Amino acid sequence: MFDLATAAVEGALAAGATYADARVVIGKEEAIDVQNQAVQSLGRGEKAGVGVRALIGSSWGFFATADLTRRAAAAAGARAADIARASAIVPGEPMHLADVEVVVDSYETPAIEDPFTVPLSEKVDLLIGVTRTMQEVDGIAIATGKLTFYDTNKWFVSSQGHRIHQHIVESGGGFDATAIGERESQRRSYPQSFGQFETGGYEVIRKWDFAANAGRIAEEAAALLTADEMEERETNLILEGSQLALQIHESVGHAIELDRILGWEAAFAGTSHLQLPKLGTFMFGSPLMNITADATLPGALGTFGYDDEGTKAQRVDIVRDGVWVGVLSGRDSAALAGVSPGGMVRGDGYNRLPMVRMTNIGILPGPSSLDEIIAETKDGVYMATNRSWSIDDKRLNFQFGTEIAWEVKDGKLGRMLKNPTYTGIGPVFWSSLDMLAGGDEWIHWGTPNCGKGQPMQVAHTGHSAAPGRFANVRVGVRG
Amino acid sequence: MNRAAELAERVLSLVGDRAEAEVVTSHGNLSLTRFANSFIHQNVAEEGDTVSLRVAVDRRVASATTTSTEPDALAAFVDGALETAALQPVDEDWPGVGGPEEIPDVEHVDDDTYDALPAARAALVKAFVDAGDGLLAAGYCQTEGETVAFANTAGRFAQRRDSVAILDGIHQTGTSAGSGHATSAAIGDLDGAAVGSLAAQRAIDSASPFDAKPGVYEVILAPEAVATVVMFLAFYGFNGKMVSEGQSFAEIGSQQFDRRFSMWDDATDARAVGVPFDTEGTAKRRLELVSNGVTKDIAHNRRTARKAGTVSTGHHFPGAEGVGPVATNIFVAGGDRTVDELIAGVERGIYVSTFNYCRILDPKTMVATGLTRNGTFMIENGRISGAVTNLRFTQSFFGALGPDRLLGVADDARFADGEFGPRFTHVPTLHLASWNFTGGAEG
Repeated sequence: MFDLATAAVEGALAAGATYADARVVIGKEEAIDVQNQAVQSLGRGEKAGVGVRALIGSSWGFFATADLTRRAAAAAGARAADIARASAIVPGEPMHLADVEVVVDSYETPAIEDPFTVPLSEKVDLLIGVTRTMQEVDGIAIATGKLTFYDTNKWFVSSQGHRIHQHIVESGGGFDATAIGERESQRRSYPQSFGQFETGGYEVIRKWDFAANAGRIAEEAAALLTADEMEERETNLILEGSQLALQIHESVGHAIELDRILGWEAAFAGTSHLQLPKLGTFMFGSPLMNITADATLPGALGTFGYDDEGTKAQRVDIVRDGVWVGVLSGRDSAALAGVSPGGMVRGDGYNRLPMVRMTNIGILPGPSSLDEIIAETKDGVYMATNRSWSIDDKRLNFQFGTEIAWEVKDGKLGRMLKNPTYTGIGPVFWSSLDMLAGGDEWIHWGTPNCGKGQPMQVAHTGHSAAPGRFANVRVGVRG
Repeated sequence: MNRAAELAERVLSLVGDRAEAEVVTSHGNLSLTRFANSFIHQNVAEEGDTVSLRVAVDRRVASATTTSTEPDALAAFVDGALETAALQPVDEDWPGVGGPEEIPDVEHVDDDTYDALPAARAALVKAFVDAGDGLLAAGYCQTEGETVAFANTAGRFAQRRDSVAILDGIHQTGTSAGSGHATSAAIGDLDGAAVGSLAAQRAIDSASPFDAKPGVYEVILAPEAVATVVMFLAFYGFNGKMVSEGQSFAEIGSQQFDRRFSMWDDATDARAVGVPFDTEGTAKRRLELVSNGVTKDIAHNRRTARKAGTVSTGHHFPGAEGVGPVATNIFVAGGDRTVDELIAGVERGIYVSTFNYCRILDPKTMVATGLTRNGTFMIENGRISGAVTNLRFTQSFFGALGPDRLLGVADDARFADGEFGPRFTHVPTLHLASWNFTGGAEG
């Protein structure tokens, strides 16, 4: 496969590219979806092809083909260069690439149990079993379980001499129960909304022990129909770990993407409230806020060996003691901004242009535990598991809904509350972080559905987090 | 026989009599020229084949997709799907594959768009950028051309070509942004200068915004904002699966909307884009969803139709097993008043160009939250009095269009780029009685 990638790069150079790289990607996917003890869909997919990137002047040209022959790969390189050249009709300043080490290497996800060789019957039976357990709870109308597995091989070659093969394995899944009332529906999910995804094999699924949690989740969904509505007020907000992970994803992870900061995503994903002259001085949050971008965390969903520009996976400080100190970057954006390239550029399959994507953007563990946080809260709410998420195009103004909440009174959990929401402004919210858990409550949560780019690309990102408490947050906003 | 049809027939012959099977193939290209900071920075294209196969072996069902079409790869692909299906439990709700039926004699294709060159997209981008006269421009121009074929073991066969061209972008001042958009099956229909001028004017007009106090306002929703609302209604409401599960608001025959509101799905309309059949090979025909405020029908695929005791309306798509069938060629009836006339009827309200990042809090009540973007304006005493910073709302999309809530409909219906994408909705500007803004720029 290196030969095909090399042919693509040579095709681009021969057509006038000043730099070119190519990825041959063969990606397999298996998805099983069970609803109410019946298999709703079982699909397997394979996408294979070569995508080549050519730089001329101020623009990338990119062309992808599923034809895995040397002739087609070379032609794809030439097409990429032609496309880049056409960009000169609306030109900008020449684009430069930050220097990185030229590497010949390989990387493989540590995986114990190949998820594609685990018998289908075992996987289907697991989901049928958890949906059966959930349906046995009165009031549950819809019980759903899902498993998804990815196996990706990619061969990267650049005109500077990179030759890197990577084999990435990702596994994930989850289940949810929906109770439907007269005028509303309520849902509970496990391990989190959309399921939990990690790099690794089928051991990821076994670790989360679906069967042991199905009954509890279903009972909570049914109970929500008769729970009290959360009232609107300002109070102490305690977030469960997976919700804090999504809070990080939306209000920190996207805000620190250098392509957004530079305006490259302005029309679609948006820009950022963060401005480069304030890098190193801007107070993003409280001293408990220590965020890293770490693509080396074993098992986390955003872990790999090299990004799709051949830059080695690394750990970069993003927020240190509450101060914004780092960005997510690639070779082009880093050169323009004058920062070190962070190895955070990835493409969705062979047919998408690699772009700045989150790796594992997580908050480092704090000194407390959830029990301690609750015990030290006189008045507040504890919210768990995301249900809705919305944030503005500068990644400032957010509103999240969670599936469930409990009031916290005098250090104890109280009533269950339904339709919980909270809203705020990013740095104000993060500045109110006053307690943070750690230890074994610090989990590498995975987000398998991060959309960005045009044409749309979906990335798999990781977000390590533990429960945390935020003071004076507006909760209970409803229409 | 074109390549997509030849591929479909080849896959079907590989299945032989071993299973019920349906095959969807496409062959084509997608090209997208992206610009930011007023120059083209990302310029991409791809071409190739996709093959989707669904098989049922004694009602045991599995599906598979591939981009590899070499003979050995296709044979292994088919064998793998059959082996996977054979291991499955019996699907009691399997509706079977449909027999032959007539596909509407329409094809939304333009040869210049089908094979558009990067220079053609760049020329449209240049016209958009130049219309801003020094403003900072960002956006994209996309062209697609594909041939889609369907074949199944019951003798159903369909094939059509289609093309689409999209120009979408913003102009920015230091404090504001404004958007413009156009979609058509023909690139020649796109007017880069006009789209760019609208975006530039909105940006200039909103350059000095103030913070409006959150609260309930009358609103004028421009087509992009309306597109988001109606697409959410289609996705969560007019969806046969959501209805059967009791998660939809839709009650056929009930006056659930304002009498001024009519909405239908029609892939055969001359203005539509896409092909006039779904991925089960079912013909798409005009489907009345709401007529004069009365809910008339919902979208079905073969599975939801079987459960409901009706027939498919041709709204299956890859992934519909999970989320249900969704209408994607939506038209909302236009009115006979200009946008200025709608604005003139507002004593105090908000004009919204575009919504951003909308999410449903509860599918049944259709309460959603989101923000305004790319041009939000205060209306006072029948005229735009100034720009306001972006606002957050928490509002039922369903309730906003309820009886007596739609105060006016403009005559400007066009394709609009909503939350789900640019090609699904052809809608006008609407004047609504109330919209609940729950937060401003500062929270």
